[in-house]
Amino acid sequence: MARLYDVAVALRSKNAGPFLLTIDIILPSRECMERVAEVLTPARVADLYNVPLDRVVSVVKVPWANAVKIVLRRETPAGEPGDRDVYGAQQHAPLIGLEVEGC
Amino acid sequence: MGREIVVYSPTAILGYGFPRESAEKAARIGVDYVGVDGGSTDPGPYYLGSGENFASYSGMVRDLKVLLEVFGVEGVPLLIGSAGGGGSRRHVELTLKGLAEASDGKRLTVAVIYSDVTPGRLRKLAGEGRIVGPADPGAPEFRLERALNSVVVAQQGLEPFIEALRLWEPDVVVAGRSVDAAPFAAPLVVEGVNRGVAVLAGKILECGALAADPPAGSDGLLAFVGVDYVRLASPSPSRRVTIASVAEHSLYERADPFREVLPGGYADLSRVEYVDLGGEVLARGAFWVEAERYLVKLEGAERVGYRYVMVAGSTDPGFIERLDLIFREVEGEVLRRHPRARLYLRVYGRDGVMGSSTPWKSPLREVGLLLESIAPSREEARDALALARSMLMHWGWRGRKSTGGNLAFPLSPSEAYAGEAYRWSVWHLAELREPLELASIELLELSGGRYTRVEVAGGG
Repeated sequence: MARLYDVAVALRSKNAGPFLLTIDIILPSRECMERVAEVLTPARVADLYNVPLDRVVSVVKVPWANAVKIVLRRETPAGEPGDRDVYGAQQHAPLIGLEVEGC
Repeated sequence: MGREIVVYSPTAILGYGFPRESAEKAARIGVDYVGVDGGSTDPGPYYLGSGENFASYSGMVRDLKVLLEVFGVEGVPLLIGSAGGGGSRRHVELTLKGLAEASDGKRLTVAVIYSDVTPGRLRKLAGEGRIVGPADPGAPEFRLERALNSVVVAQQGLEPFIEALRLWEPDVVVAGRSVDAAPFAAPLVVEGVNRGVAVLAGKILECGALAADPPAGSDGLLAFVGVDYVRLASPSPSRRVTIASVAEHSLYERADPFREVLPGGYADLSRVEYVDLGGEVLARGAFWVEAERYLVKLEGAERVGYRYVMVAGSTDPGFIERLDLIFREVEGEVLRRHPRARLYLRVYGRDGVMGSSTPWKSPLREVGLLLESIAPSREEARDALALARSMLMHWGWRGRKSTGGNLAFPLSPSEAYAGEAYRWSVWHLAELREPLELASIELLELSGGRYTRVEVAGGG
């Protein structure tokens, strides 16, 4: 078992427009992408981020980049009153400690 | 088309800067078009609402100056999309001013595309039921009175650029809000490139060297485009383009990496394959899927008030433990006095970055507080924050030890004016009768630093 943070080539979050947040988990191999995608169901993502399931817009595999891409609806639109992260660049923490096997 | 068309993207955002050597190298290789993006909506509604440039004005002038010096003599057309970031008339005018300053008296023909949606057009679109829905989940409901109180722009597709290029073959195109790929993809379509491939090229080029290895926001990228492929190369000897760098960028800041939706259709990217050419990458397999309706995204920013901010820290265990409770009391008291004000607190060291999504709870020795007030008038915002500050500082409870004060302020004065606050009031798709309906296109001549209008075209 290893932490996703240590396994991933990149683990990053960013806005995809002001209403959505996208988290890219770029992995070292196709197999590893499959492993991570198995673990990261939308329900698991909602649980990790402590948000209702309807905030999880999608979780998809992107084979050409060996990546798993998560899209979440932002709590507050980018740059509006009450926002915590205008660019959404520091919203990956809940995934850091995710235990993955076989990567 | 008989040969490859070469498009150069000098930098991620006009004003971010780039090495002059990269531009000179690109010019030596031979470039047909230079395209550059003015920014995006990522920094929030402030820039659209206020009319302020996202990148610095002097940075923009410096970039334009270098581009005109390096490519102007060759007569390479320069296309600028989403001027100033927000892409409203004020942004376009500021970019035109910067261009005049950078032109050094040279003569240039300049096509201008305005993207503003006037109150009259908004009423018409809404009245005819042509505002068809939110452009993204989470967007607010469309309310005409809010829209009319906002700065609203339409994100133009490729068509206004194509129109300007075909009508006038201008030296420069300055466009208001437009799709990121437009300044790169539109000239490619004019040259006969398949639209799907043109959009693929535009989508990789739009952030300059961010798609290269090592990535950079302040350097450029070259695309050599054939009818059905894009070959990507770095003009800088210190960067390469690799499959990994392009693949990684294909995910960047987008919800759907498989399709790039534009007004009028989408580029299907699900079957794109990348071929490594040793420092360069060839991409092919993109194709265009025409939509039945021509939908453009309307973006509107509405001012909600004025903002004051305050930074403070605390190390007192009793205060840190009761912080949320105390803040709620303080907030209640402040709002009773200033019902139109709003307070927002972030507690750094605890959950300042992620709020309720924060995955851990650690014992807190020290916290940083960012407290913000927003109110319809500057004075109310200021007074609300001043009130909150003194109440937080001196809030008492039974057994309180730090009776000298609960907070450490690093600054005096402790509150700072932080400008106007905005929110997105419009983020909706509008169905157009024809692609140029919300674009106003005109041709100007720049000579001796002054503009004269030559001709007006388009749907304006």
